[in-house]
Amino acid sequence: MSERTFVGGIHPSYFKESTAGMPIAPAPSPSQVVIPLHQNIGAPCEATVQVGDEVKVGQKIGEPQGFVSAPIHASVSGKVVKIGPYNHPLGSPVEAVFIENDGKDTPFEGMKPQKPLEELTPEEIINISKEAGLVGLGGATFPTHVKLSPPPEIAIDTVIINGAECEPFLTADHALMLERADDIVYGLKGFMKALGATKGIIGVEDNKPDAIASMEKAIAEGGNGYDIEVHGLHTKYPQGAEKMLIKATTGREVPPGALPMAVNVVNQNTGTAVALAEAIKTGKTLYERVVTITGPGIKNPANLNVRNGTLIKDIIEQCGGMTDDARKLILGGPMMGLAQPTDDVPAIKGTSGILILTAEFVKDFPIAPCIKCGKCVDVCPMNLVPNFIGSASEKGNMDLAEKYGAMDCFECGCCTYTCPARRPLVQWIRIAKGEITARRRKQ
Amino acid sequence: MERRLVVSSSPHLKSPDDIQSIMSDVLIALFPVALMAVFLFGYRALITMIVATFFAMATEAVILRKWDLFGDGSAAVTGLLLAMTLPPAPPWWVVAIGSIVAIAIGKHIYGGLGNNIFNPALVGRAVLVVSWGSYVAGDVWLKPVPFGFTADLLTRASPLINTKTSLLDLFIGTVPGSLGETSALALIIGAIWLFYRGHIDWRIPGGFIGIVFILGLFDGGFTTGVYHVLAGGVLLGALFMATDMVTSPVTPIGKLIFGVGCGLVTMVIRLFGGLPEGVTFGILLMNGLTPLIDNLTLPKKFGEVKSNA
Ligand code: SF4
Ligand code: SF4
Repeated sequence: MSERTFVGGIHPSYFKESTAGMPIAPAPSPSQVVIPLHQNIGAPCEATVQVGDEVKVGQKIGEPQGFVSAPIHASVSGKVVKIGPYNHPLGSPVEAVFIENDGKDTPFEGMKPQKPLEELTPEEIINISKEAGLVGLGGATFPTHVKLSPPPEIAIDTVIINGAECEPFLTADHALMLERADDIVYGLKGFMKALGATKGIIGVEDNKPDAIASMEKAIAEGGNGYDIEVHGLHTKYPQGAEKMLIKATTGREVPPGALPMAVNVVNQNTGTAVALAEAIKTGKTLYERVVTITGPGIKNPANLNVRNGTLIKDIIEQCGGMTDDARKLILGGPMMGLAQPTDDVPAIKGTSGILILTAEFVKDFPIAPCIKCGKCVDVCPMNLVPNFIGSASEKGNMDLAEKYGAMDCFECGCCTYTCPARRPLVQWIRIAKGEITARRRKQ
Repeated sequence: MERRLVVSSSPHLKSPDDIQSIMSDVLIALFPVALMAVFLFGYRALITMIVATFFAMATEAVILRKWDLFGDGSAAVTGLLLAMTLPPAPPWWVVAIGSIVAIAIGKHIYGGLGNNIFNPALVGRAVLVVSWGSYVAGDVWLKPVPFGFTADLLTRASPLINTKTSLLDLFIGTVPGSLGETSALALIIGAIWLFYRGHIDWRIPGGFIGIVFILGLFDGGFTTGVYHVLAGGVLLGALFMATDMVTSPVTPIGKLIFGVGCGLVTMVIRLFGGLPEGVTFGILLMNGLTPLIDNLTLPKKFGEVKSNA
């Protein structure tokens, strides 16, 4: 039997109470959406519409400029009023399509049910996920059709659905597992068929027993013949990190620098599985997703179905606004999410959460010298020595940082979280990774 | 509405532990030990502890020019730990010198907290043993008198030399010895707190105590093994001194090697050396090897070597 966890990790407070178990509510449709043309890891898209065009919900508006890319679709019906750069959650501004909402929600005729899963070939499934614009919805936004097309010499035997949701505060995946369990199973079957995988695993942290029960019921009802299991996992961050999840569910360790396919596994997020199910059953393209709006700084936390390109400030307003002591806006979870300088930024495919923290979470601490407590070494899920890498980077010794394994850090943040000397270890490691990458590129 | 949003890179959560909370936990863990010392050796033990702690904190404050006496709490820990290694009632100025040396030479010459190589409290003690030996070793031991608040009966021998002491006395602590060394019971209670709080890991004390017991076993059987663990400074050293974060390895295997090394040196000194007690020098020696041990025991990266089934 496989292990149900990994070595290392942390047990932060989970703060999930405020939105756990909340039903997924539709977010009111905004008067205008700003849809960035770059929403995935890989190449951006080019607009296929022009200013003045009328578009319908689900219609393609961005065409991928490369294999590792996914098309982008309109999330409202109405008129394209502008195409130009706008704020982007990842930092610098990106070309975006501005659509004025006519409020009619006219669906695009091209969104039609596909053949049932039983009749689809692997190629057809891959093509459906590509045309629907599917990307990894956990936050990494890797185009799904690429993950479903491993090199021919690699045989994938297992598909793992990531229902761990180990980031504190976030409950969107939890909500999906309660409400859309049948679609998750359907999507998983689609992934398995596309990859020729014989085994499906849904990994869920054991602090969500209702989600585990819900998934088990859905498998019993809709698993028909597929070998699918739910694995209850220890509740520990970063249980949902790709490599840790694979270790916990299959016992396999992905080698440093390698992708999950090296151990014959592909990971998919719950939201992506639902999106594939919808794309097959109704032809729906990926123009909306479930987002957890949460944190002590928001008045009414919720799990909302948010349309792509909705401005964060509109969503915050719908949730009652920020509290007076709100200080930090994070897209994603508190461990790996990105703090935003402004709320005037659109929600995109990778936006899993909108987290607003208050002053008590945003204290500045002086950095003390390393007291060599070894706590960062104990928690590092990659078994690195964050203290040594961090100090090497702090001193500008990037060779040493590289030697200690800086490039194997996946920036989970456990080390910084745990350090009693309040040393910004992962931040230093990021600097080292940046410099090492730049140097390698030069060579 | 305009509001300034703070932008910083992730993670955006921080564990509640900081250096001060860890040091406070160590002080809490030392509380039962201190209580036992006063219970056994009277008010003079209390004075020794207060003098040691105060001079340690004051020295640190002067060196850092920070007039918040407690600061991060590390100086108080050093001072109190030094007191624990001393006889119950040396002259106050000897204790003060020990604390000043511990902080100034043991810690700040190397650049302060986190940079020192040797356990500062043990540096202080070592200097006292070498320079003012007659006050901290020899005919200085008080006879423990439970509730004898003014206990001042001198006794000639520390228990390591006297093998007739009962194991129960050694466990409870009703034997002559250093302030914080005599009561295994109090030390274990304190250490449980540190384990519970996650500030010490089993490897260092486990390796240390384990090897002392095993070598004692070979030397004279089971009772001798237990005796070597309970008598003298092994428990204080293994649970509170060797586990000092700054001066012990950070890697899991390194911690085990370090603990075993401390125990080994201690026993070599005890069994073959000229000194009655080897804990101080055992730990100091291993402190010196810590950077080397860390570098030789870097953990294997996740996914490395292991074959993939
Ligand atoms: S070094 Fe990297 S992988 Fe290890 S704990 Fe820190 S952030 Fe996580
Ligand atoms: S957690 Fe911080 S203080 Fe402890 S060893 Fe790591 S870097 Fe040093």
